[in-house]
Amino acid sequence: MLSAATVHIATPAFDWHAFAPDLVLVATMVVVLVADLLLPDRESWRTSSIAAVGLLGALVPIATLVHSGHDRNLFNGAYVVDHYALALKAFFIIATYITVLLSVDYIREGDYYKGEFYFLLLVSTFGMSIMASSRDLISLFVALETISIPTFVLATFRKHDRASNEAGVKYYLIGVLSSALMLYGMSLIYGVTGATKLSDIAAYMSQHGTVPLVAVAMFLSLVGFAFKVSAVPFHFWAPDTYEGAPTPVTAFLSVASKAGGFVALINIVYFGFFLPNGRAADSWWPVLWVLAALSMTLGNLVALRQTNIVRMLAYSSVAQGGFMLVPFAAAGIAGADGHPGKAAAAMSAVVIYLLIYGAMNLGAFAVVIAVARRTRSAEISSYDGLWEIAPGLAVVMGIFLASLAGVPFFAGWFAKFVMFRAIIDAGTGWAIALGIIAAVNSVIAFFYYARPIRAMIFHAPTTEDRTPIVIPQPLFAAIALTVSVVVVVGIYPQVFARVGELAF
Amino acid sequence: MLLNEFLILAAFLFCTGVYGVLARKHAVLVLMSIELMLAGVNINLVAFGAFHNSDIGQVFALFVLTIAAAEVGIGLAIVLLIYRNLHSADLDDVDSLKG
Repeated sequence: MLSAATVHIATPAFDWHAFAPDLVLVATMVVVLVADLLLPDRESWRTSSIAAVGLLGALVPIATLVHSGHDRNLFNGAYVVDHYALALKAFFIIATYITVLLSVDYIREGDYYKGEFYFLLLVSTFGMSIMASSRDLISLFVALETISIPTFVLATFRKHDRASNEAGVKYYLIGVLSSALMLYGMSLIYGVTGATKLSDIAAYMSQHGTVPLVAVAMFLSLVGFAFKVSAVPFHFWAPDTYEGAPTPVTAFLSVASKAGGFVALINIVYFGFFLPNGRAADSWWPVLWVLAALSMTLGNLVALRQTNIVRMLAYSSVAQGGFMLVPFAAAGIAGADGHPGKAAAAMSAVVIYLLIYGAMNLGAFAVVIAVARRTRSAEISSYDGLWEIAPGLAVVMGIFLASLAGVPFFAGWFAKFVMFRAIIDAGTGWAIALGIIAAVNSVIAFFYYARPIRAMIFHAPTTEDRTPIVIPQPLFAAIALTVSVVVVVGIYPQVFARVGELAF
Repeated sequence: MLLNEFLILAAFLFCTGVYGVLARKHAVLVLMSIELMLAGVNINLVAFGAFHNSDIGQVFALFVLTIAAAEVGIGLAIVLLIYRNLHSADLDDVDSLKG
């Protein structure tokens, strides 16, 4: 107890190398904030360059950590730097780097606070980086809030715009409500197991199996996470927030922030309630099964009738989140069925799907931003005849949409492939049923992803204006980066398959 | 030792908070309801901490308190923006995005 006369606080061994990526991010944050203070208003957009350099700099210690090869356990295993954590840290940092590229001209031309924007992006990224390594309920919670709180402000960033205000308040209220539910679940988990470290919880669970209170606690925690990853029926904030927030922020929310939620889910579910023998998996797989089935079906059906491309991508991201939950549920089914070995492959399918989804969704939003520079609109009708006006953009948009739909030889098909492989590996009736729902939904998805493609190619342009769309360099770099990932991974999926295997 | 009494109090506070979030329309009252939910969580954590005779519960509760303060700061700022732009803090008035 705290009141005990002799309190021994052992100084933890501090592995600076393991913390180097996070420390570089923190240093970049501070430099961005100070630079914004010192630079005159006109010049403050230059903080974007500092943020970009800092993010790329954070990749260097990640490379050296991968090279050094061994897992590092800090604070008695509450903070772990292994291949899984490093792969996700690299993903988060690159996704933020691309978001910075998307934002440079958008923010520079708008009447926004420039330095603070990049500062908030970096804080959120720092939270994600911590999240990837957290193996303790407390640090998971702190990391999740470090991801969320800056994004509440980012969603409200156009402060005189009512749509942006509305985006912010909806996102904020849902975000805070979901953390409260999750915390109540966590407090019950702590109450039952007497531990907050995930390895201790796993030890307790493998000994005692699922007691009823744990099932309730897991349900509450999973509901909290379902809000964060916008799984149906907890998705209703996502379309409004995505439409109202500035578009680069929407790209960031739909990729990086959603991935942060998924990583939190993997950490708590896999490291706390699955390892070492999968006995506790029956406390969570039915919840994830239902969330996956609902998210895929409802996300796809509602996406069919959207006329605004950002809203369509919002519902598409709800549906894609459902697809990502499929291998997750499959892992739980395999574990509860007594085959924990199969679950590792299914969990690596989740990670592979996340990486691929990140590239193609960021790319699609990059094209949306590029087109909106000219049309000032996100209606699908504004894509009419894009093929005649800007054939390059039309082709690239076509590639991203085809990849999201899962057309072979773009990265998206490999994501779908690993998902279905996880289902077949699990092999029980429940798994096959989920696989059938996923297959039907993959077909439905083709229809709405094809609509903008049809508008681009077959509809006549609505304006006579034939001046080419000017794409600023950073935006061009973002599109080039994401499209090359989508094409290369589509042809050589081994690149990401290897990352997924190393992670688990 | 006393445990159930604390858990029942915590559950009551939590449920009051959930009811408030769902039923109240004024943004500030919703924020207060969320605080009630977090108070329930904190009572749970401290009671379980005493029950298990460990410090972790109290430490967890301190983290929850701190982060809740930061969250409410952001929340009030957003509500203030809404009030400036709409001249109302009623959540039913925030409904321009649909579909």
